[in-house]
Amino acid sequence: MQIISSAEEMENFGGRLARACNSGCIFYLNGDLGVGKTTLTRGFLRALGYTGKVKSPTYTLVEDYSVAERMIYHFDLYRLGDPEELEYIGIRDYLDEEAICLIEWSEKGKPFIPKADVEVQISYDGEARLLELRACSEIGEKIL
Amino acid sequence: MRVLGIETSCDETGVAVYDTEQGLLAHTLYSQVDLHAQYGGVVPELASRDHVRKLIPLIKQVLAESETNKVDAVAYTAGPGLIGALLVGVSVGRSLAWTWQVPAIGVHHIEGHLLAPMLEEAAPNFPFLALLVSGGHTQLIEVAAWGKYKILGESLDDAAGEAFDKTAKLLGLGYPGGPALAELALRGNPNRFDFPRPMTQRPGLDFSFSGLKTHVLTTWNKQEQQDEQTRADIARAFEDAVIDTLVIKCRRAIKQTKLKTLVIAGGVAANKRLRSSFNEKLNINIYYPRPIFCTDNGAMIAYAGALRLLNNQSEALAFKAYARWSMFD
Repeated sequence: MQIISSAEEMENFGGRLARACNSGCIFYLNGDLGVGKTTLTRGFLRALGYTGKVKSPTYTLVEDYSVAERMIYHFDLYRLGDPEELEYIGIRDYLDEEAICLIEWSEKGKPFIPKADVEVQISYDGEARLLELRACSEIGEKIL
Repeated sequence: MRVLGIETSCDETGVAVYDTEQGLLAHTLYSQVDLHAQYGGVVPELASRDHVRKLIPLIKQVLAESETNKVDAVAYTAGPGLIGALLVGVSVGRSLAWTWQVPAIGVHHIEGHLLAPMLEEAAPNFPFLALLVSGGHTQLIEVAAWGKYKILGESLDDAAGEAFDKTAKLLGLGYPGGPALAELALRGNPNRFDFPRPMTQRPGLDFSFSGLKTHVLTTWNKQEQQDEQTRADIARAFEDAVIDTLVIKCRRAIKQTKLKTLVIAGGVAANKRLRSSFNEKLNINIYYPRPIFCTDNGAMIAYAGALRLLNNQSEALAFKAYARWSMFD
């Protein structure tokens, strides 16, 4: 359990995750609206050298980034009405072993999304945020 | 010359026929037609993004309505958007063009939105400043002429429409609840809460709406009485903050570019208080598309395609769809 007290710290934490991640990996980012999931992702991408804008993918469902010859996909499944919709938007085209995926609202996509290597749970603690991390695979354990 | 336009970049399936002499002849949007019978009852949720089953019936419908036997080109949204959704429109559009032996024209989704007000009788003239505000985009664009676009500023995080939808959700109005939030704000007291106008204190034309959403949540959680009036008052303060921020940035962009005309397009441009606020606060000619052409639609794609056709721009037979596509490179 970690306490994050500002948006800047949340970005820094995202950066630490990115630097620990040297292969393809699936992250689930769980937590309520406004808790900082996209902020964490922004820090993650910045640490890998991406300098452009990092927008919430709520409307587009997925934003993809190509950084240093790696593909990073930021999913937000909030708007899915049915997990099967993932087939219609072509989710399989996005997934390969080398890709890094950060998936928000993963519960809306089961069972059509890959299993997580690392689950990040973010919750409100007044103005601050609480972070809980769980490794779900060997890759995940290495990262944490 | 007559152009068939196809839009399938996200949730809406839109199809239209535009004639360069006679104007818009027919247009339809999946959500406006009763396809329920075809599904044997209620349309399943996943059909919202299932363009494959909807597109052909819609094309047949607009061709019949406009009494079109032959088109001179087929235009389709080539990006940006969801790749699976885009590919449906791109492949159907290209196939029809090939079958009919007419040019196929890939259109940029944002260009379609920018040009949407030109479908109205009172259409703006180039050059103009455009504010695109929707669920997916918040951008200020300088439109010098057809095909000459320069981005002046955009949202660094949530789009304005997205902020509306998420705030509605936080206030328990369901999702997407942008229009419900606007409705609720009408009953709110404008003087009870004062929300920040994000990024207006520093120079520049970029936007940020993510913090506003968090501000709503903190304010709501602090209230001892979480009643209907408080909900409406927060909705009002939120809406005022978003509209005010958009006005401030537009005023700044007008000053910077010295442009005399403003176009406001995208789903949020249908918001009535936004329109009255802009009309009242900015002393400039403002043009909006009619509300149904503010959101994604086929008419804007048919129109943008017609302009490309008139400018002799069509594509070779190989095709591609672009999930991410900058209009400014």
